[in-house]
Amino acid sequence: MSQIFTVSILQSALELGFIYSLVVLALFISFKILNIADLSTDGCFTLGCAVAASVTISGHPVLALFAAMGAGVLSGFITAFLQTRLGVESILAGIIVNTGLYTVNIAAMGFSANLNLFQCDSIFTMARDFIGESSLVTGGWYKLLLLIVLILVAAVLVTLFLGTRLGLSIRATGDNAAMVKASSINPKFTITVGLCISGSLTALSGGILAQYQKSCDINLGTGMVTIALASLIIGETLIGTGPVAKRVAGVIFGSCLYRFIVAVAIRLNVPAECLKLVSALIVAVAIAFPYIKENARFTKRKYTEMARRKKGGAA
Amino acid sequence: MLELKNIYKTFNAGTVNEKRVLKGLSLSLADGDFATIVGSNGAGKSTMFNAVTGVFYVDSGEIILDGEDITFKKEYFRSKEIGHLFQDPMLGTAPHMTIEENMALAYLRASKGRHGYFSRVSKKDKAMFKEHLRMLDMGLEDRMKQPAGLLSGGQRQALTLIMATMVTPKLLLLDEHTAALDPATAEKVLGLTKNIVAERKITCLMVTHNMHQALTLGNRTLMMDAGNIVFDVSGEERSRLSVEDLLNKFKDNAGKNLDNDRILLSD
Ligand SMILES: Nc1ncnc2c1ncn2[C@@H]1O[C@H](COP(=O)(O)OP(=O)(O)OP(=O)(O)O)[C@@H](O)[C@H]1O
Ligand SMILES: [Mg+2]
Repeated sequence: MSQIFTVSILQSALELGFIYSLVVLALFISFKILNIADLSTDGCFTLGCAVAASVTISGHPVLALFAAMGAGVLSGFITAFLQTRLGVESILAGIIVNTGLYTVNIAAMGFSANLNLFQCDSIFTMARDFIGESSLVTGGWYKLLLLIVLILVAAVLVTLFLGTRLGLSIRATGDNAAMVKASSINPKFTITVGLCISGSLTALSGGILAQYQKSCDINLGTGMVTIALASLIIGETLIGTGPVAKRVAGVIFGSCLYRFIVAVAIRLNVPAECLKLVSALIVAVAIAFPYIKENARFTKRKYTEMARRKKGGAA
Repeated sequence: MLELKNIYKTFNAGTVNEKRVLKGLSLSLADGDFATIVGSNGAGKSTMFNAVTGVFYVDSGEIILDGEDITFKKEYFRSKEIGHLFQDPMLGTAPHMTIEENMALAYLRASKGRHGYFSRVSKKDKAMFKEHLRMLDMGLEDRMKQPAGLLSGGQRQALTLIMATMVTPKLLLLDEHTAALDPATAEKVLGLTKNIVAERKITCLMVTHNMHQALTLGNRTLMMDAGNIVFDVSGEERSRLSVEDLLNKFKDNAGKNLDNDRILLSD
């Protein structure tokens, strides 16, 4: 049993957890804050991956990540445009964009289904070279260190942003539509900004992943929305709601914990084909957990009170 | 301050549900006017407010606020200058945002020009929010970090009022904003409204179904029926009117009795 929790498993689970936490953060903005089910996540993630991979191959690893973010902003903008200006239902808008992105992604990868970046410089090789000879490098910890810094910056920026006038307006848009209309906020604008930010985070996540695993595949994003949703719910269930900073922390925690669960599942020799089922189960359990807990508490109370009353009646 | 010229509005025009609601309505409010509005059910009081705030565009006529023609301006543009409180206390605040965040939003959006998209509220602003809340005497100043959704209806309505007036609006529209509250809370929110409006000389329109309030609050009383203002009284003449006189005036001008299911004849 002790073998399940090796340091290296924890290490790579954390690395992936931090990378994917950006998608979860994106979903936090679209799903929790704007109250929009944005289903373009899968395609947008692959988009970030594909764009970053292409630019990385051409020798610009940092630019690659900005390019991925730019592509994500565009994708988010189109999703928003469809629903705010063309009257397309928000779920449909996401599905349409997701479908269209498949072609865009293939094109971004030079019409091949996968790319490999084994020979390329990445932000990880740059970090390794920067740190130089040290135990951080030999233990491979520099990757985690870099990711923690990146994700922390992103999380702090998002948290600060949500406290600005525009950020508060975006939050109000998803919280009380009636109020927003009567308070000089243009919901079309706030939804657009929100989805652009969400898209850029999703694509950034994809871009970092491409450099992390030194490859990019057209199907990389499949199921991403479910995974991100699972992480989001796990984080929210365990950390709870409250101030934005706490909720953002919950997002990152949920993402890492999810990766850890998956890593353990792999370790327990769950076949690769079954991983999607495991994911689905985790999602279902995470979502149902608060409800089951509440129900169990009530049932318990009911039976103790009933028992007490019966006793009282007999006496 | 506010000028409505010959406003027409028909809902669902050309269908079986066609409903002509505003029929050539005109109204002129002077700077600092505080007018109460009474009228029968469906007279078009709320519709008139919605026309002013821009929930829809009117079919014809002009709306002028402080010299600016806003007839074709978008709703979010108009609401920078117009505070609007509804009967339903749930409509005015974002339930999952804290009291402080709600106030920050109201403050940042209304104080035009000075605040860009990325501005945040300062410590000083927060202290100012607290001062405003203390005025309510509801203990809200100690609950700034709680979600607004935890407040009672009356507390939320009081908060909404503060939010709408913290930065003085050019016009304040109150649509039976105390009608959903219990009598004691309603009294409190009303007193607060009176103070704020008087203190800052806000131009204000208030729909009420309380005939006594209609005569005693503010400086002018308007009566509406079937999409028009049928009686408009202020000054000396108003101060001599009793509730009964007012009802008779309505009957004379509208040709029927004032018919409102929520009407209160005494206070
Ligand atoms: N969006 C709309 N579509 C269709 N009809 C509407 C719409 N809004 C209002 N109406 C109709 O216009 C009429 C006037 O409504 P309004 O809400 O302005 O009345 P009111 O004077 O505020 O009445 P109350 O005292 O009951 O609040 C009503 O007959 C109503 O059904
Ligand atoms: Mg009404």
